[in-house]
Amino acid sequence: MMDAAAAEFEIGLERGILKLIARGDWRARNLGPIDSALRNFEDDSTGRDIIIDVAGVKKLDTAGAMVLQRVFKACDKRTEKSRIIGADPAHARLLEQVAQHLAPCPVNHAGRNAFLMMVNRLGASVVDTYFALLQVLSFVGLTLVTAWRIAGKPARARPTSIFWHMEEAALNAVPIIGLMSFLIGAVIAFMGAKILRQFGADIFVVELVAIGVLRELGVLLAAILIAGRSGSAFTAQIGSMKLREEVDALRVLGLDPIEVLVLPRVVALVVMMPVLAFIAAILGLVGGGLVAWGTMDISPVLFLTRMQESVAMSNFWVGLIKAPFFAFVIAIIGCYQGLEVEGSAESLGQRTTLSVVQALFLVIVLDAFFAMFFLEIDY
Amino acid sequence: MAQNGQSKVAIEVRGLKTQFGDFVVHENLDLDVLEGEIIGVVGGSGTGKSVLMRAIIGLKRPSAGTIRVFDKEFYSLDTAERLEVERRWGVLFQGGALFSSLTVAQNVMAPINEHLHLPRALAVDIAALKISMSGLPAEAGAKYPSELSGGMSKRAGLARALALDPEILFLDEPTAGLDPIGAARFDELIVNLKKSLGLTVFMVTHDLDTLHASCDRVAVIAEKRVIACGTIEEVRRTGHPWIEEYFGGPRGRAALAAHKRDLASHSEAH
Repeated sequence: MMDAAAAEFEIGLERGILKLIARGDWRARNLGPIDSALRNFEDDSTGRDIIIDVAGVKKLDTAGAMVLQRVFKACDKRTEKSRIIGADPAHARLLEQVAQHLAPCPVNHAGRNAFLMMVNRLGASVVDTYFALLQVLSFVGLTLVTAWRIAGKPARARPTSIFWHMEEAALNAVPIIGLMSFLIGAVIAFMGAKILRQFGADIFVVELVAIGVLRELGVLLAAILIAGRSGSAFTAQIGSMKLREEVDALRVLGLDPIEVLVLPRVVALVVMMPVLAFIAAILGLVGGGLVAWGTMDISPVLFLTRMQESVAMSNFWVGLIKAPFFAFVIAIIGCYQGLEVEGSAESLGQRTTLSVVQALFLVIVLDAFFAMFFLEIDY
Repeated sequence: MAQNGQSKVAIEVRGLKTQFGDFVVHENLDLDVLEGEIIGVVGGSGTGKSVLMRAIIGLKRPSAGTIRVFDKEFYSLDTAERLEVERRWGVLFQGGALFSSLTVAQNVMAPINEHLHLPRALAVDIAALKISMSGLPAEAGAKYPSELSGGMSKRAGLARALALDPEILFLDEPTAGLDPIGAARFDELIVNLKKSLGLTVFMVTHDLDTLHASCDRVAVIAEKRVIACGTIEEVRRTGHPWIEEYFGGPRGRAALAAHKRDLASHSEAH
């Protein structure tokens, strides 16, 4: 007896007509080994009469029926002589049902030449970037105009929303920002200590830490963390509201999404970022100061005195002035990307990523501009 | 099988209890699904129709009770046995739940490639067959789910559910969100598939027309359990107020009238 757990077939001739005798278990899982042999047979015997005998088929599913019908159709000359014989009623029904659905279908999305597609994508992304830039600019304008309108009617500001975002985006970020800048301050002091000692210029570690942290690193660290933490959150919040048509509902109810969703977030971040930058700067100094004390015996008193003597106050102001600008960029990008979410959860994910990447990029670019600006005005 | 009059039980639920935290959805719920039948599960919003389905297909672990599928207690199987059972059923989720990064044909091929390890050409042929059987045009195979309408997504989801020739088909609100014409076609499709493939169909639905057109039996969930199960006439005879309101309300009456008209025109035609 044959192996019941395999699909088998045998090809013969019966009075000049091809005969395919199928036996065994013709279910999808068993068809792999015989499929290519059957395909070869199909190619070789196109347009000849065929009789397919399925009396020996123990089990049949749609895939098996499909394969049998495929062979039948490939060979079939559509004469009276061709037929499928020996099927029990259930199998016959299956074979009949499957016969109506033997249409090949394309699997992959219609693609063209890979190189052309790449050039195409490149071009599209350049154009997209250009328009995205314009859109962000017009979004900035829209937000500012809305802010101006609200400024005239303070009653329409949304204190609850603003304070909630202040707590969520800024207050809750204090521990992580504080810890990070403390560590960065400490690391700078360590590195400075090692190199400066070679020149016997230990005391300059104070300038190194103070100028670095006050002028650049404090505010930059705060901005980077907020971009990762709150910019993405803004996009996700507004984006999921967009997906659930909540934003459309706002519009229909006569509420301006910019006023309700965007402004509170922008205001909250712009107000709180200088505070965060201040905290970051102070903790950076503490970190640097402690390391200076521990490794170079520069006491806190000496550190502070030296700082007052040789580090101009302007460094502190330069750092702080940048904070609201960074905050504005982060909040605007976060909200803009949120409102651009369309269709699927996949788009939400893409937009959230974009939001963080763009916000970080713009923060760094802006910082470079500020650096050049303050250098030029000699502040 | 069903034709012999002596039906075997495909799914047996006994004393099922499911809960979310303290909120009990089902308590002491019993249900039998017979082989080769289409059973429609109905109930008001929030009575846990979908939760029952999720409990049976292993997505929501019950806190008490047993669920036997193909005579095996699903929740006490080991991973390999469980996979074996899972390969014997197909699930159509409400929104189709297609993988958005794959085309329709790739979606249908996913379970085939994963479980059967067939040559690619054969897998493509099988996918094409299922796509056609689900009533989709062949071109739909190369489309991404985001390019499909709601009705097409459901059909594509059905094609994927049928990919491994399941014995039981689970449908979660198959006609929700379809226009009446599309819904009627879908009902017809399910009945056809059931007849030609010998499927057992477990259907969660709200749609009275679907119940009349395609379901052999109806299970009504209320008060955290199945309060009635049988043909629509049998269920109505229980006289439970919710059932009365459901089938006797304006929509219920309209669906019944439409069904009777259908039957009449069919018998005239024959």
